[in-house]
Amino acid sequence: MSTDKISTQKVNFKVFRFNADEDYLPYYENYTMDITSEEVVLDVLNRIKWDYDGSFSYRRSCRHGICGACAIKVNGRSTLACKESMSTMIEYFGNEITLEPLSTKRAIKDMIIDKGDFWEKHAAVTPYLVADIDESPACENLVSPHDSEELDEADLCIQCGACHYACPVVEINSDFFGPAAFVAAYRFESDVRDSDKQRLINVNEEKQGVWDCVKCIECTEVCPKGINPFSKITKLHQMAFKKGVAKSNVATRHAVGFLHSIKRNGVLDEGGLVLYSEGVHIVKHIPVALQMFRKGKIVLPWNIVKSDNLDEIQKLIKSSSTVKF
Amino acid sequence: MKKLKYALFTGCTAKQSTPEQMMSTMAVAKKLNIELIELTEASCCGASHLQDYDDFLSLVLNARNIAYAEKHGLTMVTICNTCQLNTAMTKHRLDKNPELKAKVNDKLAEVGLEYKGTSNVIHFLYAIIDDFGLDKIKEMVVKPLSQFNIAPFYGCHNIRPSELHDESHKQKENPYNPTSLDDLIIACGGKNVDYEEKNKCCGFHVELQAPHTAAVLTGTAIAGATDNNADMMVTPCPLCHLKLDTQTKSASEAIGREVSLPVLHMQQMIGLALGCSAAELGLKHHVTEINFI
Ligand code: SF4
Ligand code: SF4
Ligand code: FES
Repeated sequence: MSTDKISTQKVNFKVFRFNADEDYLPYYENYTMDITSEEVVLDVLNRIKWDYDGSFSYRRSCRHGICGACAIKVNGRSTLACKESMSTMIEYFGNEITLEPLSTKRAIKDMIIDKGDFWEKHAAVTPYLVADIDESPACENLVSPHDSEELDEADLCIQCGACHYACPVVEINSDFFGPAAFVAAYRFESDVRDSDKQRLINVNEEKQGVWDCVKCIECTEVCPKGINPFSKITKLHQMAFKKGVAKSNVATRHAVGFLHSIKRNGVLDEGGLVLYSEGVHIVKHIPVALQMFRKGKIVLPWNIVKSDNLDEIQKLIKSSSTVKF
Repeated sequence: MKKLKYALFTGCTAKQSTPEQMMSTMAVAKKLNIELIELTEASCCGASHLQDYDDFLSLVLNARNIAYAEKHGLTMVTICNTCQLNTAMTKHRLDKNPELKAKVNDKLAEVGLEYKGTSNVIHFLYAIIDDFGLDKIKEMVVKPLSQFNIAPFYGCHNIRPSELHDESHKQKENPYNPTSLDDLIIACGGKNVDYEEKNKCCGFHVELQAPHTAAVLTGTAIAGATDNNADMMVTPCPLCHLKLDTQTKSASEAIGREVSLPVLHMQQMIGLALGCSAAELGLKHHVTEINFI
């Protein structure tokens, strides 16, 4: 039990309110409360409902960070309400706190959103084990500790959606599967018992797949279970090359192009990389390239300053490369 | 104060598409009496893309870069957020996993190098804040930027994942409410602009494969700064700079609104406040002109 003294401070809450059945537009309601250092965000939601307005709506079930129902946004940060302490939030943001649903445009009633897009995308990655089962096996189907480590905590996901609705690409590109679906895909792709052939191909398709991730690492930052979706996305990229399902397109050539540049110069040949990635489509970059050239922002291939001891780099590439494309 | 000395990992961009970043880094280091030993042997960090292709190779190449900083016995300083991420990530993984470190060192031994884990890897922004000190910068300002509203643009890879960030920097940054750049702007006499997109992504890394997504992110960021009365933006990341400085046409088209703001490198902003000339700071290399300074 903590021996720290319980402290109290006044906090102003600006709370998103919306009832799809009655309201044309959402609005914000203000509540001022004395918050103790012991409280979590869910306590605040409860107090709004119990002390101020019984019609205030939100989801919660387990209160133990395992059902994933209670995720909302606090000052724009996706948060699991029952796990996030108010002290941390006050430390982060001060005493003016805004409570909003994970996605305001998907709000149904107050903090409750329609998570339909989340579940659709979850379902689209075949989020289950595909394996031929011997109904009368001679012994248990054992997985070695080493093989189970490969799951890399991906099976701890509680599908709270915090990462999904923190992801900027989910907001812009409605086809994008999103970080949680990628975590689910990785969970089963990395399972030695799985034999699905299509899943990895699906999560590598352009627009919907891992190549459209902008690498902003928001998903990793907000995940309340410490799952690091971004690292799973990186692993799915790597698997696509290793398992030979990576198609030759702008995204994959962009990744491989780095190797070619480094082999040649140690450093990157920025123009060469764009040419290698885009092929003939490089013409669309000409207007911007000309502007940059005029400003001295493009170095021609023969003027690139190569790394010193380039032979070392080339030797290491030769001996340490683990993938072919 | 003891003279600060670092091993400088320039990354590729400072030598190619953002020459003004290299110039201003050197100009500021000279003003602050910071010695930078350039790691001319270093290779590209892989910019988070080589890592998608060949993880082990990227570890070996990044470990080689750090090994050179270790040879000098110096902390490595980076001037690009993505270089910082990939180098610090390599350090983190090797320091945490002796088996992986041994595998990588087996390879490095082939070229007579060893990764020991003795050199820290920090971004120049945090070298200035943690080691040099904002108070001292403030004392050295000769041309306070007091007539400007300056919008900080932090760039993802300096602040996320915070676990890595916390390992490298003494003054921890809250990824949801970062303050280092704001503090730097204030130290330079400018007025910092608060806006929602300051810690968001610029879209740089998908510019080729998902141009619409990238353009929307760029446009929204510039619009956010503009709507909060910014005269200019400032960033510690040359990749964010490139995106925000050179892609305003596609960004404007994507969000259906004309947007354009001058985007300074953090080093250029410090340099201006310390009295460096526009030529020293390479201000003429910007696509979105800076003609009012
Ligand atoms: S790293 Fe990728 S998946 Fe994660 S939030 Fe950013 S864009 Fe979305
Ligand atoms: S990966 Fe983390 S944040 Fe995303 S849905 Fe699963 S538990 Fe929630
Ligand atoms: S109530 Fe179940 S995770 Fe919060």
